[in-house]
Amino acid sequence: MSKQDQNKNNEPPTTGHEWDGIREYDNPLPRWWLWTFYATIVWAIGFTIAYPAWPMLKGATPGLLGYSSRADVADDIQSFVDANAQVDTRLASVELSAISDDPELKNYALNGGKAVFATWCAQCHGAGANGIKAGSGFPNLIDDDWLWGGKIEDIHATISNGIRDEANDDTRYSEMPKFGEFLEPGEIGQLVQFVRLLSNQDNDATKAAAGKELFAENCSACHGDTGKGDRDQGAPDLTDAIWLYGGDSETLTATITNARFGVMPAWAGRLSESQIRQVATYVHDQGGGE
Amino acid sequence: MIDLAHRRFYMFWIEIWPYEFYFVAGLLIMAGLGLFLFTSALGRVWCGYACPQTVWTDLFILVERWVEGDRNARLRLHKSKWNFRKWRLSLTKWGIWLAIAMATGGAWVFYFADAPTLLVDLFTGQAAFVAYGAVAILTGTTFLFGGFAREQICTYMCPWPRIQAAMMDEDTLTIGYRDWRGEPRGKHRKSAEADQLGDCIDCMACVNVCPVGIDIRDGQQLECITCALCIDACDDVMTKIGKPRGLIDYMAVTDEENERAGRPRKPSWKHVIRPRTIIYTVLWALVGAILVVALFTRAKTEINVSPVRNPVYVILSDGSVRNTYDIRILNKQNVEHIYDVQVRSENDLKLSFQGTGSNTVTVPADSTGSFRVFITAPAGSAAANGGLKDIHIWVEDWVTNEHAYSDSVFNGKGK
Repeated sequence: MSKQDQNKNNEPPTTGHEWDGIREYDNPLPRWWLWTFYATIVWAIGFTIAYPAWPMLKGATPGLLGYSSRADVADDIQSFVDANAQVDTRLASVELSAISDDPELKNYALNGGKAVFATWCAQCHGAGANGIKAGSGFPNLIDDDWLWGGKIEDIHATISNGIRDEANDDTRYSEMPKFGEFLEPGEIGQLVQFVRLLSNQDNDATKAAAGKELFAENCSACHGDTGKGDRDQGAPDLTDAIWLYGGDSETLTATITNARFGVMPAWAGRLSESQIRQVATYVHDQGGGE
Repeated sequence: MIDLAHRRFYMFWIEIWPYEFYFVAGLLIMAGLGLFLFTSALGRVWCGYACPQTVWTDLFILVERWVEGDRNARLRLHKSKWNFRKWRLSLTKWGIWLAIAMATGGAWVFYFADAPTLLVDLFTGQAAFVAYGAVAILTGTTFLFGGFAREQICTYMCPWPRIQAAMMDEDTLTIGYRDWRGEPRGKHRKSAEADQLGDCIDCMACVNVCPVGIDIRDGQQLECITCALCIDACDDVMTKIGKPRGLIDYMAVTDEENERAGRPRKPSWKHVIRPRTIIYTVLWALVGAILVVALFTRAKTEINVSPVRNPVYVILSDGSVRNTYDIRILNKQNVEHIYDVQVRSENDLKLSFQGTGSNTVTVPADSTGSFRVFITAPAGSAAANGGLKDIHIWVEDWVTNEHAYSDSVFNGKGK
């Protein structure tokens, strides 16, 4: 260590530290820097008093101003709800069939419905509304085949009240008997071949001919004499190319033997009337609406 | 002209969409090459004659001269104490400067909005905050830069003086002082030494007029903006004392060498027209020609297609197979147009718009229309049962018959 050499050539004093011949000037901190530093300390103390800051066992200290980012978000959401209140009221009160004629309502419903669908419906019906995968039992909503009707009113009623939802009195309800309890496996095999004949698939002609009578006795009450189905009862059309669970012999045998009982919850009460109409309009617009 | 909110650029009847920004890039390249050309030929003529900083500074000095009198009067005034007269003159001068600065800032914001509307809005207090902010910033900077900072901007802030050295060569015409003719300088008195003095009478006229405050007799300097005020001043003096003009003149480095050696200098046009400047001019014209061709051949209608892949296809009740596509039709004309959209392929496919079921659609002026279309292959057809099939989606303008297409694929049931 060298001794402090002061004011030689007007140089400021050094700290007296020396590393390999390099000495450090003992300059005072710049005034503006120092005062800025003090100001930040004052600011920090004030900030921790005014705003949420110190972590405690249960949450942080709330701060005098009562600021909360959560409340900010809630306010933001509320402001959008308020901004949409008028169009929501209008959407919930007009005739369902009038929505598609009103560009503003339709645009609002389609955009809102997309969000509602992604939040509440996509889990079963898939993000693309195509029923996750063929034969899964979750209906494909973008084709042109409907169990309970594809008009906007039908879709609205289905969403509002659900399907086979025991908690809802207005729910769409029907139940196919488990024909395994009434019919012999051989008879079921004949029915299966007849159903494949109805839908223009490969079939065993003799079995199918025998199945025709069985169909008239057991199935036509719901599915109709020609197998076209009945939307009032949610009985599927057996003649088209679309199968909810599958149209191959194995799946058809299982369906007839054990029956199917797909359910969907009622959304009235969980979603607002406006939201139900939004998502109904959205589904109706996906290519299958009637 | 520049609509930031809707991302459009307008130049007379030309409309540039953001993805066509290469037009602006082309203009910038032309501006750059133009600067190279002029700098290599004539030094910093841009700085001396066209740069807004110089133009506004000159304008402000003009105001100053008009309010406060000539240079000597101004110097006296600036040195004097702050009395009523000085306050009055200064405030008048600053007021006019501010008015000019505000007009500048105002003119600038008019590029970004409908000018007549904005003008009324600005005066009635209806305009947007950014409009007032932009006017305020531009007013402030113009006032400070033109009125007070002046040549400091050129010397300390502007990067161009640093670049210019790389642009200029020994044939570039710049301002030069013929020191072999002027030196030794001195006052011409009727004395014996007068014969031994050069033509320069050391009147300081060249230094006094210099806007960047240099003495050109010390040679070419970083600060010089080639404004040639010193040439005019010196020529006036030379005429008065009966000496030949051109003691300070446009000169290139090679001229100096030639003249010192007693050889004639190259004519000025040979300095300006030489391989380097010709190459710059050709490049500049080439970029310009490419831009003009691109401008007149660009499409007014375009279509983008993206197939919807969730799901890739859907089977309808009659067994037909349907694909869904999101299409965007760009109408780059200032009126709304009706478009006919068709699918073209080897297969029997049908196209219809979601919601309407038709094949025609209207796109408003200057905008992109987004639509969802369905393409259906009949049951049992090759397209329905096969794998990927190439298709073109055509869009045709009903009125102009201009068309555009986009390639896409159709997914059948098969793998």
